[in-house]
Amino acid sequence: MTSAPDIQAGRLACGGYAEAFSDLHAPLNAHEARVAAERCLFCYDAPCVTACPTSIDIPLFIKQIATGNAKGAGKTIFDSNIFGGMCARVCPTETLCEQACVRNEAEGRPVIIGELQRHATDAVMASGRQLYKQGARDGKRVAVVGAGPAGLSCAHKLATLGYDVVVFDARRKPGGLNEHGIASYKSTNNFAQTEVDWILSVGGIELRCGQKLGRDFTLADLRRDFDAVFLGLGLQAVNALGVDAPGLRGLEDAVAFIEKLRQTADLSTLPIGRRVVVIGGGMTAVDAAVQAKKLGAEEVTIVYRRGADQMGASRYEQELALTEGVVVRHWARPTAVRGENGALRSVTFAATMEKYGKLVDTGETFEVVADQLFKAIGQLFVPGDIAGSSDTLDLASGRIAVDGERRTSLSGVWAGGDCVAGGRDLTVVAVEDGKQAALSINSTLRGVAPMAAE
Amino acid sequence: MADLSVNFCGIKAPNPFWLASAPPTDKAYNIERAFRAGWGGVVWKTLGEEGPPVVNVSGPRYGVVHGADRRITAFNNIELITDRPLEVNLQEITEMKRRWPDRAIVVSLMVPCEEEAWKKILPRVEATGADGIELNFGCPHGMSERGMGSAVGQVPEYVEMVTRWCKTHSRMPVIVKLTPNISDIRKPAEAAKRGGADAVSLINTINSIVGVDLERMIPSPHTDGKATHGGMCGPAVKPIALNMVAEIARSPATHGLPISGIGGIETWRDAAEFMALGCGTVQVCTAAMVYGFKIVQEMITGLEAFMDEKGYSKISDFVGAAVPNVTDWQYLNLNYAVKAKIDQDLCIKCGRCHVACEDTSHQAITHLVNGERHFEVIEEECVGCNLCASVCPIENCISMEPLVNEIDRRTGRMVDGSYLNWTQHPNNPSAAKKLQPAE
Repeated sequence: MTSAPDIQAGRLACGGYAEAFSDLHAPLNAHEARVAAERCLFCYDAPCVTACPTSIDIPLFIKQIATGNAKGAGKTIFDSNIFGGMCARVCPTETLCEQACVRNEAEGRPVIIGELQRHATDAVMASGRQLYKQGARDGKRVAVVGAGPAGLSCAHKLATLGYDVVVFDARRKPGGLNEHGIASYKSTNNFAQTEVDWILSVGGIELRCGQKLGRDFTLADLRRDFDAVFLGLGLQAVNALGVDAPGLRGLEDAVAFIEKLRQTADLSTLPIGRRVVVIGGGMTAVDAAVQAKKLGAEEVTIVYRRGADQMGASRYEQELALTEGVVVRHWARPTAVRGENGALRSVTFAATMEKYGKLVDTGETFEVVADQLFKAIGQLFVPGDIAGSSDTLDLASGRIAVDGERRTSLSGVWAGGDCVAGGRDLTVVAVEDGKQAALSINSTLRGVAPMAAE
Repeated sequence: MADLSVNFCGIKAPNPFWLASAPPTDKAYNIERAFRAGWGGVVWKTLGEEGPPVVNVSGPRYGVVHGADRRITAFNNIELITDRPLEVNLQEITEMKRRWPDRAIVVSLMVPCEEEAWKKILPRVEATGADGIELNFGCPHGMSERGMGSAVGQVPEYVEMVTRWCKTHSRMPVIVKLTPNISDIRKPAEAAKRGGADAVSLINTINSIVGVDLERMIPSPHTDGKATHGGMCGPAVKPIALNMVAEIARSPATHGLPISGIGGIETWRDAAEFMALGCGTVQVCTAAMVYGFKIVQEMITGLEAFMDEKGYSKISDFVGAAVPNVTDWQYLNLNYAVKAKIDQDLCIKCGRCHVACEDTSHQAITHLVNGERHFEVIEEECVGCNLCASVCPIENCISMEPLVNEIDRRTGRMVDGSYLNWTQHPNNPSAAKKLQPAE
């Protein structure tokens, strides 16, 4: 065992990276899509539609695929969810539409809605055609803060309704978590940017990157200069681990790691530990662990303080991690990190159990040798960006409070996506938030009922 | 084990599964393979008169309708009768009958509507040792334009006349193959019987255009940019064939005339249904063309298992067993009532029964009960139409339960097992003045 921390780049042989980070699922070909589509029963008031946060008309788009109208199917999807392409790749369908599919009852196997959705949306994207056009303009302007799924969904809907939209984003590139926060094997071939470009090509949307709320402009500025504001700020910080050791090399945030990975053109230059520990139980934990493994880490261990059922990552994601060779240890929490020469050496865990509904230590401890540790124990909304101005927004559970139409406590300000309270931290929910906010904005500014604008 | 052997108007075969006159029976090579696979008989592809053989198109002859998973639900063709020289066919028939004496070989014939033409060919066919002939009065494309095939089958007088010629000039059993492209199938069947036919076979193919190529705006299949109608067969025609078979089987004028059933038979069950309606044998083409000759093994073993389970020791035990239960609408019991019942344990909650009933029928199935997705029959509205059970994707999930000595909650009428048909019904202006007491 070497004494130096073993974190290095280029663990895979030449060409290994392209293989490791290729598409998780090969897209369905036309025949596979048709056979899969023919399993759909065209349910009445279909449970899959109810389960979809954006209410995509799933039976209709699948029927369209079955009849050779894949592009029409894509239009059906985009009408409800302009990020239908990314959602087809990242949605936890096994807990949403596919869980609700009545074929589960009949044969224990749902229609593969997610893969069919990708087939249809890919057909539209491949055609290079823009399906929507900018609405008739009347000079009303809306500011959207955050170019992630919530912000761009809102911006796109507003543009089709004839608003002039300016989208601000603190980062250099638009896309939000689609671009920066999702495992790369779920969004290959620069899909996130292709999708953003396609969405923006509707016209009427001005994108201003590198513009940070609270630094470059304030909420008060936006309220003064625009007719309405939508905040799709996302989350800015990660929860503290409690065992952080400042200055110790090898301790990182999983989100930062994923972002760095997504923005690294040549993955062979990205260092990864030989032994990696990921703490947490959500999608981010799995994305970080699986990608660490794909980068060539020999041992990757996810440690989660509760059991498999309580993990935020879906069963499918958990199984993906196991298939990729990640070890998942349940019922343990980190209590200490041990360093050597200023670098991480091992992590000590206390075994946990549930007693009268509360998580308690069993008294047993164990140690996992690690060169690198990724924290993936949840992200935090930092209200600082919207504070500092005279405008204060009501918060709930630490995030922005909104009503059913995604109106905040401030008049003229709407919000959606991960930064609002009560969400599920899913792309598809953010998209719905943006869409609903746009309809509400239209209703407020023009006196049109939200449904009529659809 | 059940005995599948048949004696069909004097023609013996080890089983009732025969290949119909069609491409699979055009030459000795195919017939040899068919008999090895287990087919009980064949009807040799139609022979024409001596002379230059007919000419087929050198291109697509078939069109199909695909169902889910590209399964063929209907098939059509524009192929003519055999395009091989008569003498070659006759030699091969002789050879095959010699090699397979226990199998039925029936020869399909189509020559012009002149007695001399029939007189010429019949002895030559008889000389082959063939077991019988089948008169092709059904082919609806190409040959019909030349006054043969369905052009004959559509005129009962011609059917009778040609049948009589054949009976006069040959000792072979004569089967008359009928065209369904006619309004009352009983008429040509009666004509065949009058002419002395030993049996009828039906149905031949149905005039059809199976599809249109929307890129080129030509129906399919096409020949150099032009298309013509073909003859349709395959699973989709089975209901039409079953009805025509039943009409002949239950008509007093033709009752008892042996029938060879044809039309969309793909499984033992299809075959058994034709037999239940009076067919002593069945003929198959499409299923063989889609799956190959081996398909007969499913049919043989399936029919054996069915007969063993039901206690039928021979085919004739159940041939025609369903015929007495076919009647006219006016004799259906209007006092009988059923209600749909949904088995909640089997229900997968797809909602198709609800929307079918709600949109297109009687609004008799719930969608939500106490705010929950729940599908249940509203007996006050249910007319027992069977649409819900028909569209349900789960077998046996919805059953139609007869009311027995109880009030029909839709009509308020007591369902007591009595019988009242339309001829007796008070709403029928021409009903018998005096109501007959319930039987």
